Amino acid sequence: MKIVVFTEQKNNQFRRASIEAVGAARRLADQAGASMLVVVIGSGVSSLAPQLEAYGASQVIVVDNPVLAVYSTTAFATVAAEIAKGEQADVLIFSASSLGRDLSPRVAARLDAGLAADCIALRFENDAIIATRPVFAAKVLADVVITSQVKVFSLRPNVFPAGSPSMAPVVVEQREISLTETDFAAVVKETIVAGQKKDVTEADVVVSGGRGMKGPEHFVILEELAAPLGAAIGASRAVVDAGWRPHEEQVGQTGKTVSPSLYIAVGISGAVQHLAGMSSSKCIVAINKDREAPIFSIADYGIVGDAFEIVPALTQEIKKLLTH
Amino acid sequence: MKILVCVNHVPDTEAKIKPGADGLSIDPTGVNFMLSPYDEYAIEEGLKLREKFTGEVVAISLGPDANREALRKALAMGCDKAVLLKDGSVRDSFGVASGLAEYAKEYGPDIVLCGKQSIDFDDGAVGGMLAEFLGMSSISVVVKLDVVDRLVTAEREIEGGREVVSARLPAVISAQKGLNTPRYPSLKGIMDAKRKPIEERTAAPSVVKTEIIALRKPAAKNPGRIVESVAALAQALHIEAKVI
Ligand SMILES: Cc1cc2nc3c(=O)[nH]c(=O)nc-3n(C[C@H](O)[C@H](O)[C@H](O)COP(=O)(O)OP(=O)(O)OC[C@H]3O[C@@H](n4cnc5c(N)ncnc54)[C@H](O)[C@@H]3O)c2cc1C
Ligand SMILES: Nc1ncnc2c1ncn2[C@@H]1O[C@H](COP(=O)(O)O)[C@@H](O)[C@H]1O
Repeated sequence: MKIVVFTEQKNNQFRRASIEAVGAARRLADQAGASMLVVVIGSGVSSLAPQLEAYGASQVIVVDNPVLAVYSTTAFATVAAEIAKGEQADVLIFSASSLGRDLSPRVAARLDAGLAADCIALRFENDAIIATRPVFAAKVLADVVITSQVKVFSLRPNVFPAGSPSMAPVVVEQREISLTETDFAAVVKETIVAGQKKDVTEADVVVSGGRGMKGPEHFVILEELAAPLGAAIGASRAVVDAGWRPHEEQVGQTGKTVSPSLYIAVGISGAVQHLAGMSSSKCIVAINKDREAPIFSIADYGIVGDAFEIVPALTQEIKKLLTH
Repeated sequence: MKILVCVNHVPDTEAKIKPGADGLSIDPTGVNFMLSPYDEYAIEEGLKLREKFTGEVVAISLGPDANREALRKALAMGCDKAVLLKDGSVRDSFGVASGLAEYAKEYGPDIVLCGKQSIDFDDGAVGGMLAEFLGMSSISVVVKLDVVDRLVTAEREIEGGREVVSARLPAVISAQKGLNTPRYPSLKGIMDAKRKPIEERTAAPSVVKTEIIALRKPAAKNPGRIVESVAALAQALHIEAKVI
C-alpha cells in the first residue's frame, strides 16, 4: 500500500494542518506497513521540503513551478492526480483546510475514487482503513470505509498530532508535471487578507461572544481577553445576523468548525447549531449568567455570572499568570 | 442563461439525531426535514442571475419522493422548473454527483449552483465532483459572485481572508452563507409552486465509493465543573487543563 500526503504552505511555511496530516499519514503507514510519500506543490517551495523530515517524512516529491505560485483548483487537481497515478498511490491524504476541501473532491472524481471528508480519526483494522467523521452537525459519528481502489481522505485541522522525526533521512525529488492552459480554467487572481486578524479555524484559542454581549461595542472586552492568549474572536450566529460581527467569525453549523485547545464561550446559550461548530474543542469554558444555559452541558469549566464583570477580571488573572 | 440549482433535503437543524437500530442509518422517528440551508443561498443566487441575464432556473434534487418538498420550496422561491431524479438507494457524494452529472450533461447549463455542503453528512463534495464529471471549473465556498459576459469573478472564503477567483462559464459555484439574503417565498409563489409540475426521472444507477460501517453517538463528555471564582477558573485552566 502506498500513501501520498499533499501539503500546503502559507507565507513560505507549511501550514500546521499539513504537518498534522503528515503525522497522521506516518502513523497510518506504520500501522499498515505501507510506504508514505509527501508532496509539496507551489513556486519556490523546494527549499522547504527538507523540513518535513522532522515530522516523519522520508520521501518527498516537490512540484516547483512558477505557474503554481497561486492556487488553481483545476491545475492543482491535475498535479495531484498525475502524481497519484504515476506513483500508483492507494491512499491520498489532504487537510480539510479551505484548499484541501476544494481540491480533494475534484481529485477523487478524477481518479474514480471515494472521498471521506473532514475526518477526525483514521485507523487500520482487518486490512481496511476506517475513517471516523462527525455527521449531522456532530450529533453522530460515522465510521466510513472507502470501497474504491484509490481512497481519498481529508483530515480536520487541529485534531491529529504532528508526527515525530523520520527514522530515515529524507529523500527529496523534483518532479515536473506538464500543465496546459486548460488546466488553469479557474485561477486565484488575488488574496484579500482580513486585516491582521487570526482566523477562528487556525487559532489555538478562540474567545467567542454571543447575544449576551449586548452590543457590538462590548466585544472590546473579549478582544482584551483574547490579546494575551493570542486568541481569535468567534461569534454566534445571533450576533452575526445582528450585524455586530462579520460572518467569517461565525462558529457553528452554518459557520466555521473549530477545534482549538481552548474555547471560551461568553454570553452564548449553546444552541445545537452552535455546538456543532465547536464541540470538538479540547477544553471548553462557558461564561453565562443563566445556570440552565445548555452551553454548560458541554463545558469543562463554567462560571455563572455577568460577563461584564467576569471577563475583565479573567483577563487580569490571565495576565498575572502569564507574566509569572 | 440556463441555471441549474442542486438542492438537498436534510434533517432540520433542531432535530434530535440518533443512530437507528441497524447502526448504519439514523433513526427517522420524529425527524423533520428541510431544504439544506446553504442551498437557499444557491437558489437565491440563481434567481438573481436570471433577473440580470433572463433565462431559466431549474432546481434539481436526487433522492426519494420526500425530496419533492425541497423542490417545492425552490419553486415557491421562484425557480421555473423542478426535476426529481428519483432514487431510493443510499448514495455518497460520488453517487449523487454522478447522478446529477447525467442530467446536467443533457440539460447543458451555463452555470450550476450548489450549497457549500449538505448539513446531513457535511461532505461538501458534490459541487467539486460534479464539476469534474462535467469538465467545468468549480469555485467553492463562494461569498460574492459577479458574472460579466461569460467571465465569472467569485470571492471564496479561506482561512483569514478571501480569494478572488476568476473562471469562464460554464462553471459550478458552491454557495456559502453571506453570498446573499435568500428571499422568503411570497404567498403567490407558494400558490404557484403548488401548480407547477415536478418532472420525475429515474436516476442513473448508483455508483458509490464509500460505505458507512457504523453510526454511533459521540462518547458522552464528563460533566464539567462550575467554578466559583475567576481566580479559580484561571488556576484550573493553568494547572489542570494546562491550556494557558
Ligand atoms: C438553520 C440554522 C443554522 C444555524 N446555524 C448557527 C451557527 O452556525 N452558529 C450559531 O451560533 N447559531 C446558529 N443558529 C442559531 C442558533 O439556533 C441560536 O439562535 C444562536 O446560536 C443563539 O446565539 P446566542 O447564544 O448568541 O444567543 P442567545 O441564545 O440569545 O443566548 C444569549 C446568552 O447570553 C446569556 N447572557 C445574557 N446576558 C449575559 C451577561 N450579561 N453575561 C453573561 N451571559 C449573558 C444568556 O443567558 C443566554 O444564554 C442556526 C439556526 C438555524 C435555524
Ligand atoms: N441529493 C442531492 N440532490 C441534489 N443536490 C444535492 C444532493 N446532495 C447534495 N447536493 C448538492 O451538493 C451540495 C453539497 O452537498 P454535499 O457534498 O452532500 O455536502 C448541496 O448543498 C447541494 O447543492
